[in-house]
Amino acid sequence: MSTLSMDQPGQADGAPAPPIHETATHAHHFRDRDHEFDAAKMGVWLFLATEVLLFSGLFMYYAAMRYLHPEAFRHGSSLLDWRWGLINTAVLLMSSFTAAAAVRDAQLGRQGWLKLNLLLTCLAGLAFLVIKFVFEYYPKWLAGELPGKYYTYPNWEDPNEVHWWGLYWAATGVHATHVLIGIGLYAWMFVRAFLGYYGPKRYMMVEGTALYWHIVDIVWIFLFPMLYLIH
Amino acid sequence: MASIPRPTDEPHAHPHDHDHAHDGPYLATKGGIVATVIDWATTVDHKKIGVMYLFAVLFMFFLGGLAALAVRVELFEPTRTLEVYNAATGQSTTSVAGQVFAQSATDVAAGNQVYNRVFTLHGLIMVFLVIVPMVPASLGNFLLPLMLGAKDVAFPRLNLLSWYIYVVGSMFALVSALAGGVDTGWTFYTPYSTTTEPGHWKVVSMVAAAFILGFSSILTGLNFVVTVHKLRAPGQGWFDMPLFVWGMYGTAIIQVLATPVIGITLLLLILERLFLIGIFDPRLSGDPVLFQHFFWFYSHPVVYVMILPGMAIISEVIAIYSRKKVFGYRAVAFSSLAIAAISFIVWGHHLFTSEGEVAATVFSALTFLVALPSAVKVFNWIGTLYKGSIELTTGMWYALGFLFLFSIGGLTGLFLGALSVDLHLHDTYFVVAHFHYVMMGGTVIAFMAGLHMWWPKMFGRMYNESLGKLGFWLVFVGFNLTFFPQFIMGVQGMPRRYASYQDEYLIYHQLSTVGAFTLLAGFLVHLVNFAQSLLYGRKAPPNPWGGLTLEWTDADSPPTTHNFAQEPVITHGPYDFDDVYPPQAKPGEFTLPPPLPGRRVVTVATPHARSE
Repeated sequence: MSTLSMDQPGQADGAPAPPIHETATHAHHFRDRDHEFDAAKMGVWLFLATEVLLFSGLFMYYAAMRYLHPEAFRHGSSLLDWRWGLINTAVLLMSSFTAAAAVRDAQLGRQGWLKLNLLLTCLAGLAFLVIKFVFEYYPKWLAGELPGKYYTYPNWEDPNEVHWWGLYWAATGVHATHVLIGIGLYAWMFVRAFLGYYGPKRYMMVEGTALYWHIVDIVWIFLFPMLYLIH
Repeated sequence: MASIPRPTDEPHAHPHDHDHAHDGPYLATKGGIVATVIDWATTVDHKKIGVMYLFAVLFMFFLGGLAALAVRVELFEPTRTLEVYNAATGQSTTSVAGQVFAQSATDVAAGNQVYNRVFTLHGLIMVFLVIVPMVPASLGNFLLPLMLGAKDVAFPRLNLLSWYIYVVGSMFALVSALAGGVDTGWTFYTPYSTTTEPGHWKVVSMVAAAFILGFSSILTGLNFVVTVHKLRAPGQGWFDMPLFVWGMYGTAIIQVLATPVIGITLLLLILERLFLIGIFDPRLSGDPVLFQHFFWFYSHPVVYVMILPGMAIISEVIAIYSRKKVFGYRAVAFSSLAIAAISFIVWGHHLFTSEGEVAATVFSALTFLVALPSAVKVFNWIGTLYKGSIELTTGMWYALGFLFLFSIGGLTGLFLGALSVDLHLHDTYFVVAHFHYVMMGGTVIAFMAGLHMWWPKMFGRMYNESLGKLGFWLVFVGFNLTFFPQFIMGVQGMPRRYASYQDEYLIYHQLSTVGAFTLLAGFLVHLVNFAQSLLYGRKAPPNPWGGLTLEWTDADSPPTTHNFAQEPVITHGPYDFDDVYPPQAKPGEFTLPPPLPGRRVVTVATPHARSE
């Protein structure tokens, strides 16, 4: 793919129209693009604050349930395989790196690298979900390690172990939904990168989505030890 | 290392300049009905979105009001089960009197069930669909950019998205209501909400409605915070902002920081109901008090999402109709932020009867803190009125009504914040009266004040002042008649949420019901007045009240699509009436600022240094 050649400026040789990222203007209620960029970035940070508060509810859920049923949590978490969690942690950390690199590429106008890093981030997100579903959700589904009234797992040690699975599915489910949204955003940006949307003058979406991706990553950094490592 | 270029561009490149040549009133229709509907449905203009929110909220207010009236009708008489002895046959038969909701003779339980659903519907509609978005999404959307000299809010498309999320959330709530409604109470307390009518979708639909509406609220708040930070006019520092903007800013911060918590709470509630995961239900060894903490961690701050915008409006209304600099501008501004901050640490006062003693004591002490910034505001408003040139328009009457009613509402809050008194008053009509004095006597009354004051600005038409004042007095008398008796019967022990009562409360309930219909009459008068204004009202000048904030001095009535002919420059403070108007100017006689076409910078009568 010639479009993926590294370190080429976004403008193809001989093409008469400059790419969108060079000609696009700011919205009419901003003074200039700096102004718009600052506002958008502040909006993203505020949005991240709402995300932290959303997940804080799940962490409170964990704290309260663990306080009420410590034995159930101890045995429940021992039923998770920390190796899959570790692999997924590595996958997400790597994708955070490519997400950050994509921002840098957009700022410097390295179109080829930008596309590659957007694609890698998107694929890493997909890999996370595939590992999650194939090696964790599906076997647990078969074993009956399900929340609430669907819980049929026979080998429990503590009668309240069902609470552990309620928490596990709720917390990882909400997180996986965020990963799914991130994958969609990265796929969308990957397509738009081919249309020349992003460049040194226009990279807010790349940066904003990367910030979102990092917060999803950070939430997992907390979920991983809480669910897999602490017994 | 290559340097990272900033996304700059050329200052002269302004692609939209040509728009201003044909920049008409934002209300101007674009061709036929279909084109107009499409134009409104796809608009990103903050003014149109504000107007759409305004009418949606007023419609929901009407629905919620109907539910309230139904409750009052049921309570006009207590439900009595009568043993009627028939002397001729020697048989006694049982019959039920005073029950409106289930006329079918003996079935009291069914009637009570309907009653539970009706008051739940009233609470849900009024809280989630009316009072939370009432001021920020309608007046706030319309006025915030105008007051900041901006062409729009920071994220116009997000604003439109917020409106559609509101519509979708409303649909979920209405569908649930049409399917029979829920009897959970607006607080969705567990385990009742997770077990009532097991398996039925309508409770999930109602909870989902509140969940969805939360996103609408978050987006509005996020938009406002960024707008205030980034889109102030040149020369407009933080302390040159109108106090309405300060109030909106405090509100928006709470919306952004508190609403996500109710989001996850309601999500967990839905999961609990669908899968019985056992987080909130004690029978599944969950913790119901955990739900109460989660719920009030949002729902107490959101009480200030409801009242802060009301306070924001009152600051403007009192300043303009007193034609006087707001007394203690910075105190009023910072008290908004103080209220926003304190609102996050007092949720436990809703759990006095369910949490531990130490926690209850701490939360009681913290609760009294809220009284301080609230009192600061009230005293500053009174200080503003003192020696002002008071003009008793409908808006000003409502503002004065607000001072009276909010003071009662606030002071009775102190009774409830005191632990020992609260144990007696908990879950009685005293609580109901208290929060109606704050929510309705505060927010709705303030909203009416603001709506009357900005009505000419929003629609370019004056309203009928006599009809407005008639409406005000009906509302004011009706409100007190409805809710003051509830304080008395609350102290005497009448519990809330019951369809029947002992005979000793009869007179209070009947007064309350009469008051509710007086309120209805008052709001109908306003409805007629507004309809008459839209159809036949006198055309409004740009600045009918002589205000000094940008929406009065620099924008038309109604404003043009791009708000201002040119970007306004701040040349005076928002309340420098003494500097801008000559001292002899009386209400109705002022001539400044003139409604000139093109750039309209207010001429300052005497050169002055801004006192801030």
